[in-house]
Amino acid sequence: MEILVCVKRVPDTAENEFELNSDGNDLDRDDLVYSVNEWDNYAVEEAIQIVDDKGGNVTVVTVGDDESEEVLRREMAMGANNGVLLSDDAFEGADGKGIAGILKAEIESGKYDLILTGAQADEGAGQVGGMLAAMLDLPYASLVNKIEVIDDSKISVGREIEGGNQEMNEIELPCVLSIQTGINEPRYVGIRGIRKVASVEIPVKGASDLGVDPAVVGADGAKTKRVDYFVPELGDGAEMLEGSTEEIIEKLIEKLKAKGGL
Amino acid sequence: MADIFAYVPHKVGVVEDIAYEYPDAAAKIDTGAAVTAIVTGTGADLDKACETLTGYYKEVIKVDQAELSYPNAEIIRKVLVNIVPAGAIVLAPHDTFGMDLAPGLSVKMDAGYAADIVDIEGTDGSDLKLVRQELGGAVSTHVTCDSSSGAVLTIRPGAFTPAEDASAGGSVTDKSGDAGDLSSKRTFVEVVEAEVGDVDITKSDVLVSIGRGIEDEENIEVAQELADAMGAVVSCSRPIVDAKWLEKSRQVGTSGQTVKPKVYLAMGISGSFQHMGGVKGNPFIVAVNKNAKAPIFQVADVGIVEDILDFMPELTEAIEDL
Repeated sequence: MEILVCVKRVPDTAENEFELNSDGNDLDRDDLVYSVNEWDNYAVEEAIQIVDDKGGNVTVVTVGDDESEEVLRREMAMGANNGVLLSDDAFEGADGKGIAGILKAEIESGKYDLILTGAQADEGAGQVGGMLAAMLDLPYASLVNKIEVIDDSKISVGREIEGGNQEMNEIELPCVLSIQTGINEPRYVGIRGIRKVASVEIPVKGASDLGVDPAVVGADGAKTKRVDYFVPELGDGAEMLEGSTEEIIEKLIEKLKAKGGL
Repeated sequence: MADIFAYVPHKVGVVEDIAYEYPDAAAKIDTGAAVTAIVTGTGADLDKACETLTGYYKEVIKVDQAELSYPNAEIIRKVLVNIVPAGAIVLAPHDTFGMDLAPGLSVKMDAGYAADIVDIEGTDGSDLKLVRQELGGAVSTHVTCDSSSGAVLTIRPGAFTPAEDASAGGSVTDKSGDAGDLSSKRTFVEVVEAEVGDVDITKSDVLVSIGRGIEDEENIEVAQELADAMGAVVSCSRPIVDAKWLEKSRQVGTSGQTVKPKVYLAMGISGSFQHMGGVKGNPFIVAVNKNAKAPIFQVADVGIVEDILDFMPELTEAIEDL
């Protein structure tokens, strides 16, 4: 099975405390730690496991700048066979549809049975997979937490739905799936693994290579635009307990007693 | 402004809460906009959902087809493309159904798309002025979405004020005949119910709930000791289940269990809306997190900036000494 996994380089929510810049309209990006989007690791792991079982190849692709190459290498160190970087100044300011349009062009230049994305990334929209499927006229399932290959033409997929329940579906290939965390246990990637793929060539394709119109997929074509970042002023928020740990615990125990916690 | 259509999911005729929240979202786009509810399904369940909706919407469109008895987003998307006029604004929930339906719908309608909207600040020409969050709720953003050729918005459940007055006296229009082709390359098979775990976290008045801050599987014991001292039960957020450190039945959140404890100790939990969506009944929430900017402090009653791995053992000891 030929599988394409779409990945993204994102600020790592576990490693960063996010602050606004001095103008208060963007993140202070100077010291941000970036990594591959957590959901994408699960998607790549799932693709590798399917290929280990059924044969084929895993290709990882991303839309981004030069620095995005490092996430492709990381996923190749996990076991993806090929990487492709889609990069062009004209892609800057693309919205979800712009990204999906760029990916669509790359997908149509190959032949894939299965296209995977993470269920969501840093922006929390969870949009690119569904848009891609609609643009390609392929069936789609989101929030997938189980895949079983039935035969060459169809697979069984479980979707995570509310309340911890799982919705089982049969879906025809080729299809697009967005992968939810927890579907598998992504393998660890060590320094040695990264070194092994350090010199593998990763092709870079721009707008003209892909045959996409920058006026459609770039900032000019974007219908959805981020105006600024801000930290909302919320209601009262929590009463913060301060002092030494001992003092804090004393105050907390009083409150827990009053509220029925002890 | 364009007409607004709100897709209302229901389970056996009981409409999802988002049905009551759409009118507020629509009014924040345009107080004068006509808002029409669209509901799909079949038979008595569908009629029951329609009856509820006429209390809150002047116009309700129903589509009754046997193929729609289970809400397969792949089929409902096709129906909506046929039913909704070009250029309209469509509202859907930002949940496991809406995420399945809406991005593709915006492509098929050639409309703008914005996901997980938490607030709306009116319009500027054909631009919708929207508020959403990024990075797991750590920051908010103002977003504009050009609706000149229509727009699809997914609305965060619980973010808008539910309507209480059920006096709209609306009418139902049957558009079952306009549904069109209901075939799909994705076939619904069954819903597998969540497994029941060794401990029922929904039955406990006090929960010690752990998140990423627990750092290692071995440290769960530290939380268990605190829970034992308090007569509480250990629950958790999603990353703990993803790491297979605790059973799925211990997970609090929209994709896990809904709990209604009296006291909820959020230990090393950042407080994403998916997690907090599983915490109901207005419990007393204590949040301990070493990140002073964690979103959990916005919703907690009491906040403590400490490393839970240092704090929990000391708290356990102090409680045991009482």
